Amino acid sequence: MSEASAVHAHQFDDISQQHEASWNGMWVFLATEVMFFGGMFTGYTIYRYAYAQAFASASNHLDIVLGTINTAVLICSSFTMALSVRSAQLGLRKPIMIFLLLTMILGAVFLGIKFTEYYQKFDEHLVPGYDFSYEPSLARPAAIFFSFYFALTGVHALHMIIGIGLLTWLMVKAWRDRFSREYNTPVELVGLYWHFVDIIWIFLFPLLYLLGRHLG
Amino acid sequence: MKAEHVLSVRLYATVFGSLLALTLLTTGVAFIDLGGNWNALAAVAIAIGKALLVVLYFMHARYSSRLTWIFAAAGFLWLTILIGGTIDDVLTREGIGF
Repeated sequence: MSEASAVHAHQFDDISQQHEASWNGMWVFLATEVMFFGGMFTGYTIYRYAYAQAFASASNHLDIVLGTINTAVLICSSFTMALSVRSAQLGLRKPIMIFLLLTMILGAVFLGIKFTEYYQKFDEHLVPGYDFSYEPSLARPAAIFFSFYFALTGVHALHMIIGIGLLTWLMVKAWRDRFSREYNTPVELVGLYWHFVDIIWIFLFPLLYLLGRHLG
Repeated sequence: MKAEHVLSVRLYATVFGSLLALTLLTTGVAFIDLGGNWNALAAVAIAIGKALLVVLYFMHARYSSRLTWIFAAAGFLWLTILIGGTIDDVLTREGIGF
């Protein structure tokens, strides 16, 4: 089974060229993802510049404890994902599955905490367009901040959900013993995707949660 | 058979520990008033450092071929143009009405 997959497709000279092509293709996809999030980051930067005070004030309404914990949870999940990829490169079936499972659990914990935070925002009338209320002088730009908050974290959470779906698919393949030392590219590429989603959060966390803490 | 590096668990653990430490650092620094825009700059600088650790080690960029570097760098290059070009316009125009 795995021997068959280890044979390179006819358009490639050898298996290492095929491997490199897969990685390059994945990076091209990730470049489109960089640009996808990049548009929102650019918009955020402009409005942060225009309404620095309101953005700092609104940022302080986010839960910094949950935000920091979630950052740590996501970094842990990247670590377990890296170990799963390593196990796949060594052809160790059981460790692949254990680390995939840990990564999925940590991803689910992240989404659970995110859900709790969203719930609190609804409770505190901080969701634009849904009974939004804020200190009148800053209400309009604060609503812009929260629009960016929900758009950016929402799309990020969607990427997490898709990631957990991909991990489930890898889990089934690993269960059926499809990976080996010679053939493990799918695990590597989903790993690249998962780490990329982690990087997006590494930027979202300071930009959304830490803006106004030094102002008290 | 494949030209890939299997990195040691110790290396992954070191990167993992550094990422956690940098997370605590960025949260801690956020509470200290550095004045001007220095808080924002410190936050972004730490985030870039963390992202580099993830790209170089977790995403194996450091051990990838030169060709793969070009593919990996392209997105970030265009992102710099997108953000740099836009900010440069916003900062240098008089009286943009928001």
